[in-house]
Amino acid sequence: MASDNMKMRAQLKGDAASGGYTEVKVLMSHPMETGRKKDDFDRLIPAHFVQLVTATLNGKTVLEAQWGTGISKNPYLTFRLTGAKIGDTVAVTWHDNLGETATQNIIVT
Amino acid sequence: MQRRYFIKLISGAFALAFIAPMNAFAAIWNKAAFETTKLSDAEKNLEINDEKPSEEILITLPDKAENGAIVQIEVKSNIPNTETISILVEKNPTPLIAHFKFSNGAEPFVVTRIKMAETSDVKVVVKAGNQYFTNAKSVVVLENGCG
Repeated sequence: MASDNMKMRAQLKGDAASGGYTEVKVLMSHPMETGRKKDDFDRLIPAHFVQLVTATLNGKTVLEAQWGTGISKNPYLTFRLTGAKIGDTVAVTWHDNLGETATQNIIVT
Repeated sequence: MQRRYFIKLISGAFALAFIAPMNAFAAIWNKAAFETTKLSDAEKNLEINDEKPSEEILITLPDKAENGAIVQIEVKSNIPNTETISILVEKNPTPLIAHFKFSNGAEPFVVTRIKMAETSDVKVVVKAGNQYFTNAKSVVVLENGCG
């Protein structure tokens, strides 16, 4: 799947010494179908949703999220990291129930 | 090396390369907890027990949601050693929305957008050490978001 289906930003807010943190914002492109919705011809649209999202900081896992069908279409996620520095790499990967997956990297600014 | 053996070896390697990671991934996703229609069963499958009410879990949600398809939720836990945050919507067809696990300096903080089928309590459960804490907030939904 194309890597442009995820938009990411990782910004350091204040410095780590004074209780600063890095805020990571992620916007994914995904239909998040529940499997309960019907199309125009009254046929059920099969479930298609992200089940697992993992985030790493310089290769180390920082966040592991399991999702159900209740996350909104085109999922939005913000999380915060302490101890990240400018130039560090944050990577986010998702896997859905149909075996599709996408990964995106971003440098902390 | 016999050709027959070689083919077996290659197909075996292929099977391992593709199936092994799939299995590992399937094992992580808590199917029983996410597919149940009962909040109590979802909690049981997450091994949540003896949860205590806590005001140290801060939930930011609108009082009223115009459109249940997109309801923004922010959760912050001030409980020391918070390991996981679970979000459940009591009256959704499948109540468990998300389960977040934090490690290596990730703050117990998350913002996301969820679907709400109808007016309901949104329940958050935090695991810290071997204890569970909970807080909830009700949201009035004006338009169903699961249709």
